[in-house]
Amino acid sequence: MTRTSMHPVTIGALLLVGVAAPLLFPAYTNQIAVLWLMIVFATTWDILGGQMGYNSLGNIFFFGAGMYTCAVVQIGLYYDVGMYTSGARTTHIVFTTAQYFTGFTIGVVAAGIMAAILAIMTSWVVFGLRGPYFAIGTLGVAVAGAELVASWQWVGAASGISMPVFPGAPQTQKLFFYFLLFALAFVVLIFLRWLYSTNFGAAINAIRDDEEKAEAMGLHTRRYKRTAWTIAAFFLGIAGAIFGNMTGFIDARDIAFPTTTFNIFMILMVLLGGKGTFWGPVVGAIIFHVIKEVTWTYFLGWQFVALGLLIVIIVVYFQQGIVGWLMEKYPERFGVRVAAKEREVRSHAIEFAPQAKGAE
Amino acid sequence: MNDAIIELTNVTKSFGGVVANRNVSLSVPRGRITGLIGPNGSGKTTLFNSIVGYHPIDSGSIRFEGQEISQLRVQEIARLGLLRTFQATRIYGKMSCLQNMQISIPHRKAHFFDMFAYERQDVLERAEHLLSFVGLYEKRFLRAGSLSFGQQKLLEFAMALMNEPAVLLLDEPTAGINPTLINGLIDRLKRANAEFGITMLIIEHNMRVIMNMASKIYCLAHGEMLAAGSPEEIQGNQNVVDAYLGAH
Repeated sequence: MTRTSMHPVTIGALLLVGVAAPLLFPAYTNQIAVLWLMIVFATTWDILGGQMGYNSLGNIFFFGAGMYTCAVVQIGLYYDVGMYTSGARTTHIVFTTAQYFTGFTIGVVAAGIMAAILAIMTSWVVFGLRGPYFAIGTLGVAVAGAELVASWQWVGAASGISMPVFPGAPQTQKLFFYFLLFALAFVVLIFLRWLYSTNFGAAINAIRDDEEKAEAMGLHTRRYKRTAWTIAAFFLGIAGAIFGNMTGFIDARDIAFPTTTFNIFMILMVLLGGKGTFWGPVVGAIIFHVIKEVTWTYFLGWQFVALGLLIVIIVVYFQQGIVGWLMEKYPERFGVRVAAKEREVRSHAIEFAPQAKGAE
Repeated sequence: MNDAIIELTNVTKSFGGVVANRNVSLSVPRGRITGLIGPNGSGKTTLFNSIVGYHPIDSGSIRFEGQEISQLRVQEIARLGLLRTFQATRIYGKMSCLQNMQISIPHRKAHFFDMFAYERQDVLERAEHLLSFVGLYEKRFLRAGSLSFGQQKLLEFAMALMNEPAVLLLDEPTAGINPTLINGLIDRLKRANAEFGITMLIIEHNMRVIMNMASKIYCLAHGEMLAAGSPEEIQGNQNVVDAYLGAH
């Protein structure tokens, strides 16, 4: 049940899809790149929201923090950041190939680390909260982050930052960022598969099921919660760094800390796919992204109506999500090791079912 | 008699104007089973919560192995080896029985990187052994939440044993359990006490059960200690009888 690593066939299939997709559908390279980003969003949100039962509305904070950290590092290595972002600047600044890639590499690493540090710092505050208060508290972190950056002159304030231009052909640039986002999603999936197979997975599941019980059993609940938050932040920071360079222009409210779009999408994708399941967030991300792209393309102007409708449908009729529903319907398909035994015992369990219900 | 593992002196706890415990003193002898009885609302569970650190006490002292623990937090007390079970059973409902057991290992010695340790073979074997001890081995892969209430109680008890506590505080272990299963549970509690050397403090309403198990019994009424003594002494104590009958 707790496999320590992904099946080689699954890994092979993932790699194949990742590499083949931009070759088969070159016109959609950017859309598929964003799909991998969505998968990173969904799977990292699920660490807290699904596996640990802490619904965060503030994960986007780390995405934006990573994006800005990377930008500041890339620019700051060679120029004065305040001068670069100044609205009064008239000179055109070009980064050489070596400058661009050095800055970008260091920037991505710094983004991950910075996001993790911010996560550790904010964890002291947000994990004093539980349930809906945690959700609102984390949303506060994200909104505050957006507003602070949006009024910070040194990083361009509300007018944002034009990122260093990629030194290469547009086609190369597309593929470069596509493969970076794919690699990130791939690493996140392999990492989480491993993470959930360790004690960590069981512990955060225990916190989800009954945190007070976990405390009464002496579990280091705070340590687990803070680490989970930090892990999610680290990957989101890196994602932000890559995405910021991919779009070429960043600003606080709409691209770095979009609390009403990406921030909500990550929750929706997880709910759609099935929270607390390994593949649920991935399935949810794929379906959501396709629906989103289709409505944005064919129903422009109505896309947010369609999105709202989707939210209502998911929340009212489909709370356990696609994979969650499948797991309920065909449990033996999901715990290979226990299949034969479980079915046999299952018939026993039915006798106890009414009693168990009454006890709840 | 002097070898008390838990020592409460003049513990007082009130919620607003309601005094739930007033100057309660008791001592739990090491290696024995001690009972705590009293009519509903007499402050038994409040006393339990005070001992395990759920809420701060107003005055008095609580010592475990000679160490003052009334200022410690729930997890810290649990890691010292003082564990409690709940009146309304609490287990990790969406996880299998075996996973419930595996996550219940003692966390006293847990270091940072133990968070990422794999499940160990010896832990697995111990979990399976304890599950068969309480008679749940056949159901080990079942979701804990799908068990009956009585079975969940047994699972919770097995989880507590998995944690290798020095003292176990059991809040009404037989409440809501099928009478025919109670004898089996009494037998297991006694065996856990004798074989694993776990000291127990048990809140219980079932007089037959507690008189049968405990070597010493404390009786609370209206938040105050009414009587203490051997089961025979308690049964013969007119105050205790009045407190129970008066409640009807």
